[in-house]
Amino acid sequence: MTGTEVRVDSAHIARRTVTPEERERGRRRASRRNLRSALLFLSPWIVGFVVFTAWPMIYSAYLSLTDYDVINIPEFVGLANYAEMLNDPKLLLALQNTVFFTAVQVPLYIIVSLVLALLLDRAGRSSSFFRTVFFLPKMTPPVAVGVLFLLLFNGQNGLLNTVLGWFGIDGPAWTTDPAWVKPGLILMSLWTIGASVIILLAALRNVPEMLYESAKLDGAGFWRTSMSVTLPMISPALFFIIIVNTIAGLQTFDEAYTAFFGAGNTTYSNDAALFYVIYLFQQAFEFLHMGYASAMAWGLFLVIMVITAVQLIVSRRFVYYEGDR
Amino acid sequence: MSGLEVDLPVAGGRVPTPLESAVTAAGSTAAEVEELRRRGPRRRMSPGRLFSWIALALLGVVFIYPFVWLVSASFKPRSDVFDNRLIPETFTFDNYIQVWQEAPLALWLANTAIVTVLAAVTVTFSSAMVAWGFAYFRFRGRGVLFGFVLATMMLPGAVTMIPTFLIWNALGQVGTLTPLWAGNLFGSAFYIFLLRQFFLGLPRDLFDAARVDGATQWGVFWRIALPLCRPALAVTLVFEVQAVWTDLMRALIYLRDSATFTVPRGLKSLVDAFGFGGEWHWEIIVTASVITTVPMIIVFFLAQRQIIDGVASTGLKG
Repeated sequence: MTGTEVRVDSAHIARRTVTPEERERGRRRASRRNLRSALLFLSPWIVGFVVFTAWPMIYSAYLSLTDYDVINIPEFVGLANYAEMLNDPKLLLALQNTVFFTAVQVPLYIIVSLVLALLLDRAGRSSSFFRTVFFLPKMTPPVAVGVLFLLLFNGQNGLLNTVLGWFGIDGPAWTTDPAWVKPGLILMSLWTIGASVIILLAALRNVPEMLYESAKLDGAGFWRTSMSVTLPMISPALFFIIIVNTIAGLQTFDEAYTAFFGAGNTTYSNDAALFYVIYLFQQAFEFLHMGYASAMAWGLFLVIMVITAVQLIVSRRFVYYEGDR
Repeated sequence: MSGLEVDLPVAGGRVPTPLESAVTAAGSTAAEVEELRRRGPRRRMSPGRLFSWIALALLGVVFIYPFVWLVSASFKPRSDVFDNRLIPETFTFDNYIQVWQEAPLALWLANTAIVTVLAAVTVTFSSAMVAWGFAYFRFRGRGVLFGFVLATMMLPGAVTMIPTFLIWNALGQVGTLTPLWAGNLFGSAFYIFLLRQFFLGLPRDLFDAARVDGATQWGVFWRIALPLCRPALAVTLVFEVQAVWTDLMRALIYLRDSATFTVPRGLKSLVDAFGFGGEWHWEIIVTASVITTVPMIIVFFLAQRQIIDGVASTGLKG
């Protein structure tokens, strides 16, 4: 009761002492001060965006229309770099390799991380030891992973082929046979799956228990529950790792570069491991074809945009957001 | 201003200070409540669970084996590196001594540590600042601006790589460690996104209350929001430590001289010299790999709980 009186009273005072114009002016001043504080907090990103994103994008677009070797002034050549890209057999090979690698690797990656996350979820709270085990390879430097690939996947006496031998399988020459280099690299990449597993596990654990209980009451079995409850509920996380891994797959570099490229490495027929970013890196920093490499970078951007856009459109049908924003 | 409808949390007839509220709020985290809920009534070992355990154990061996093999190989003499024995037939420390003589590993480790610490601290701090700017303040154009942040996540590094190199070249920083971390002063889109999600999950009333109590904008961020955000900050730190510690491409672009090499760059130079250079001294590469991987594993073990709970509570839901 007294509360009501107080509120009426304060409203009364406010109405009497502040005219609408004054209030409007005060509000504007407050909002200006608010904007100034906001900009202060945003300033690192704004500066970074201008200097390290916007300007490089513009400059890279310009460079892609030039011949540039760092030493001499860029020479304008119009669309010649783009025309050359279409006629560069090595670039087409690199693109093929990269698309093949990504198209096979991403689905495998998603399936394996989903299986691991489901197993971890079912094993309950004491599974933290295994979470650590699966995350560890992610912490290994990719260069060391590249080294491991060369040693463990070695055709003659590598561990993988030794194990395959126990089952009477004659393993291929993973590191030297061009037909088996990419499958080998894909297998090796599954080893560093930890981050995806943990993101999926977190999503699984956020599914409300209630939904499982009502599914059970409705008589749904394991399969039905998975399809109608589990998958829809974790679909945002699944979608997130599909997008992130696709973009990362198209930019594969470290392991393949370590194992197949670099100074002094002429022993391998490494065309099978020539991925797009490796070729781009070579063009830019080994052959100093900065203009051509810039054009290649924009080509990659285009490919990534198209693939991501397709994924976004397809996902509209399958991804379920709680309280759809 | 909606800030006028403040709903102060009252405890024991007394309004707690913002700091007290912050401590209470942090006292029982969502993760803990979640953990309690999950524990619930102890479940019996069902056949499904038993199967999960066996499958996990088998897969665990597959995941851990390469490490064990690597460590064991580092103690084998040159001629035995390729045998697949888990326990070396002849046990030797020679590789470690030789690596230490062949390569300035200590220097490489120190360079990497410097770059990693600087990079991780600056990116965490600046990303948190920007994330707070987006999460707390309401102003026109905020949505559009945040859209730009998200859009930069899609941009492949290759597009900005060459002009960025030219910037550092013009500044005379090529050949130094600066380009490997200084870009982080400006925040990174992924972490801004992650931290903003976390900030948005915190009760706004808490911050309005602090403002009413006379805290500055900076004080609200620094003394209240940041401490509450520790799990998310830990995730950011560890992700960035991992990313920088293992970053090969930037090291290839910017580092010229063995004395400035970071670990991945140094390892790559060993692979080139002893692996492909016609000498085939894989034992040196294997041993250097062990030495450079161990620090990361230690970091991970120390931060394991933080990372995993942090990822779980930052709600990477999209």
